[in-house]
Amino acid sequence: MNWILLLEQTLNGFQFGILLFLLAAGLTLIFGIMDLINLAHGSLYMMGAYFAATFTEWTDSFLLGALLALPACMLFGVILERIALKTLYTRSHLDQVLATFGLILFFNEFVRLIWGPIGLDIPLPELLSGSVELFFGIRYPAFRLVIIAVGILVAFLLYLLVSKTRIGMLIRAGASNRQMVSALGVNINLLYTIVFGLGAALAGLAGMMAAPIMTVEIGMGEGILIITFVVIVIGGVGSIKGAFVAALIVGFIDTVGRSFLPDILGLFVSNDVADTAAPAISSMLIYILMALILAIKPQGLFPPKGT
Amino acid sequence: MRLGILGTLSLALMLISQVALAETVRIGFVTTLTGGAGAIGNDMRDAVELALDHLGRKMGDSDVKMFYEDDTFKPAVGKQKTEKLVKKDKVHFVTGYIWSHVLMASRNSAVGKGPFMITSNAGPGAVAGKLCHEDFFSTSWQNDQTTMAMGEVLNQLGIKNLYIMAPNYSAGKSMVIGVSRTFKGKIIGKDMTKFPAQLDFSAELAKIRAAKPDAVFVFYPGKHGLQFFKQYSQAGLKDEIPLYSAFTVDSLSLPRLKDLALGSLMTQFWAPDLDNAANKRFVADYRKKTGRYPTFYAAQSYDTIMLINSAVTAVGGDLSNKDGMRNAMRKANFPSIRGPFKYGNNHFPIQNFYLRKVVKDAEGNYTTSIVKTVYTNHQDPYAKDCKMSW
Amino acid sequence: MNLSPRIFIITVLMICLGAVPLIADGIDEPFYTVLFSRMLILSIGAVSLNLILGFGGMVSFGHAVYLGIGSYVVGIGTFHAVEDGVDWMANGFIHMAIAVAVSALAGLIIGAISLRTRGVYFIMITLAFAQMFYFVAVGNEKYGGDDGLSLYMRSDFAGLIDLSIDNSLYYLNFAFLLLSLYLCHRLTNSRFGMTLRGTKSNEQRMESIGFPVFRYRLVAFVIAGAICGLAGVLSANQTDFVSPAVMHWTRSGDLIIMVVLGGLGTLFGPVIGAVAFLLLEEFLSGITEYWQLFFGPMLVLVVIFARGGIDGMLVGLDRWWQNYFLKKKAEEN
Repeated sequence: MNWILLLEQTLNGFQFGILLFLLAAGLTLIFGIMDLINLAHGSLYMMGAYFAATFTEWTDSFLLGALLALPACMLFGVILERIALKTLYTRSHLDQVLATFGLILFFNEFVRLIWGPIGLDIPLPELLSGSVELFFGIRYPAFRLVIIAVGILVAFLLYLLVSKTRIGMLIRAGASNRQMVSALGVNINLLYTIVFGLGAALAGLAGMMAAPIMTVEIGMGEGILIITFVVIVIGGVGSIKGAFVAALIVGFIDTVGRSFLPDILGLFVSNDVADTAAPAISSMLIYILMALILAIKPQGLFPPKGT
Repeated sequence: MRLGILGTLSLALMLISQVALAETVRIGFVTTLTGGAGAIGNDMRDAVELALDHLGRKMGDSDVKMFYEDDTFKPAVGKQKTEKLVKKDKVHFVTGYIWSHVLMASRNSAVGKGPFMITSNAGPGAVAGKLCHEDFFSTSWQNDQTTMAMGEVLNQLGIKNLYIMAPNYSAGKSMVIGVSRTFKGKIIGKDMTKFPAQLDFSAELAKIRAAKPDAVFVFYPGKHGLQFFKQYSQAGLKDEIPLYSAFTVDSLSLPRLKDLALGSLMTQFWAPDLDNAANKRFVADYRKKTGRYPTFYAAQSYDTIMLINSAVTAVGGDLSNKDGMRNAMRKANFPSIRGPFKYGNNHFPIQNFYLRKVVKDAEGNYTTSIVKTVYTNHQDPYAKDCKMSW
Repeated sequence: MNLSPRIFIITVLMICLGAVPLIADGIDEPFYTVLFSRMLILSIGAVSLNLILGFGGMVSFGHAVYLGIGSYVVGIGTFHAVEDGVDWMANGFIHMAIAVAVSALAGLIIGAISLRTRGVYFIMITLAFAQMFYFVAVGNEKYGGDDGLSLYMRSDFAGLIDLSIDNSLYYLNFAFLLLSLYLCHRLTNSRFGMTLRGTKSNEQRMESIGFPVFRYRLVAFVIAGAICGLAGVLSANQTDFVSPAVMHWTRSGDLIIMVVLGGLGTLFGPVIGAVAFLLLEEFLSGITEYWQLFFGPMLVLVVIFARGGIDGMLVGLDRWWQNYFLKKKAEEN
């Protein structure tokens, strides 16, 4: 066993997990508090990337671009919530799935109309575009380290927000008992809008973090959206802690599976079969994990209390 | 006066009957126009339109009608669109096809159902070998060929240990088989990634770093190539392990990759600076029209239209004369952007393959330039499995 | 006066569907037979989904799995029949029997585990199972993997029907659609169906009256899977091509859209929905490359304003019609 490789893959899994957490945190909050299944969360991720790309081009700086894109995403989310999603809160999950699926189609074409079909790129500053040497001679891409750092910072801020502030208290209360919060005379509409804006900003942040590694393109949020749903379901809907733990587990399993399964499978079957089967099986792992967890704990790892 | 009217009338009638005689050539073009790969389809469409402009929008005396269809990168959709083109639009030629799996899914809906099928890019082994057909032609190459040429190049460079990465679909598998056919060193690692879903290659790049190969060879068409190059450089591997590719860097990704790809080596049957009259005209006019260098996808699409034109003019616009058109196409008697070439018994070109390098042109644009010829008049290895002879 | 516009429109729709090959041949556009054939097959899929989604209130986000199972039964069968000369593997009756059996078994396993959960967890776990089947197909190199498998023959019904003729296939599809509608009608109006509907509106009550809710749901889940497996057999024959894409999660989403668009929990709703969905797709994509720019918001509007889908609108039409006549009568008096 190559320990350096294992360590590097662990870092990769951690980085992917952090990215998933940024998406999952917003999704699970929106879900837990407004009881809204928002498939268009992936579109917010995409918008984050496009905003960042555009602003980076204007300002010639990724940092400035990202700082501008963050409030833009939040504003975008708030407008979306006010115009389209507000009416869906009282609807069945089925209606929500369909309507927000319609929004995905719309946003994809909307982006194509405005930014064109080819996609954009975010050039990184010189400092972040290479790799740095960590302990034990591990070299790791500098920007992926930034993602990890930002993710941990956001997780910490979210923790502070949720556990130490008044808004956080309402969020926690809303996640476990919605009726109670509105009965207390809280301006529930305002709370919803704030939460949605926060979720949108987090999704946008994930998008702009992913953008320089991958490219900014139409439909970039769809593949990752499904995995994000897996994360929040494993973690328990409405639980930020659950989202964090589940995101790291899923990120780790996905990366390690992709990395080592071909070799492990190669021990049992011919190499050609292993080459084809391994990527498929590694993609399957997280779904198997989810089915297993739900079979044992039908409400996920950390179900919010009081529902 | 009366005579004049009569004269005009009869002249008009004559003209009408002339037009009626020359049936409009209907050409279906199945490509990817939406989604991340939509840029490739756009490029191909631009090239087709340019070819038609060069022909004066006519093939001989016949008008031409194009039917562009979007396969959305999915085999099932490509098949559906092909079926529509054949059954509903009753096209005479069905062409385009970027992706091998889309082509394989669509083949049975076109071949033997009336029209000629001409692939403008995809070249899976099966259609060049066992499944070759008198109504099927290619204006590109067979998938294995380009990477076979790369294998030779790697041998010449003295590479002993090679790491290969490619997407896990039919063309990806062919490309890997191609390079393994000719590469004499050892392949110490191979990763087939999920296509098109996987865009983050961090896990695979870590494996490459740990495996310490002499060189890395990849096949990642379209946007995947762009991302692979980016991540390869971000991982700090660019200066450590040389990276060779096929169909991964193209004129669509170069303006976005810029210095990341400068000096990168690849093999191909064509390059924008290939020295022949047809190519010079094509590249110059394409750049004038679109402001970009054409991709190889565009070049092959241009040739597709020229090949069809050679067939239609050979039979004087009589589109029912399929034997005549087939014989004309077999001669490859048209000014190809790759220079003169011959068709093999399986209707795939026997052609040269070159080593290309990413350079900056005089105006500072990124493009590719030919370094040397790797293969001269190379025929694909599947031709011998093709029972057809003529 | 008793004539209901809704019943009239549905009858006309069904008659038109039955006459499509005749019309298509008449105007020399056989392509339309193929297009409508696809609608019939997806209609069967939607009818089966409606059984659990509309009547049972189970939001399964993985129903396309059974389409995939049925398709792969035909794909694998004909593959061996052509490659290895195993004749019985081309037999259509055997295809159908195996597809139904395997789909029912898959439904039993998926249902037994998924039905323990509720709400969004149920949606996600059915999706998870669909993804697993999807990746099994992707990873199976022998049968084409991600690239899919081209069929070099269609199911062979021992000379009874020649499926290589598109019109025969069309009428086979049509017959199965009628059969599945009949089955759905009988089922939902039986004691079993009533109970199932009851569990949708109030699960606890049904449980406390003494109905084994879980078992009722599971049976419905299995039946729906089996019917959809049959649609898969037809689908493979229709497209001459099988690939993992038939059970991609967006396919499952499409089926849900069809059911809701047509009218949840109504007999003919899914058929109307499937026809409308595919017609819209064909029509809008013919007009503009950006057709989803219109289709997306349309979906949102249908969900927000047209509760009950198209069938719901027809019911509204009925009501208007009756009021109109009542008013007329009142005026006459």
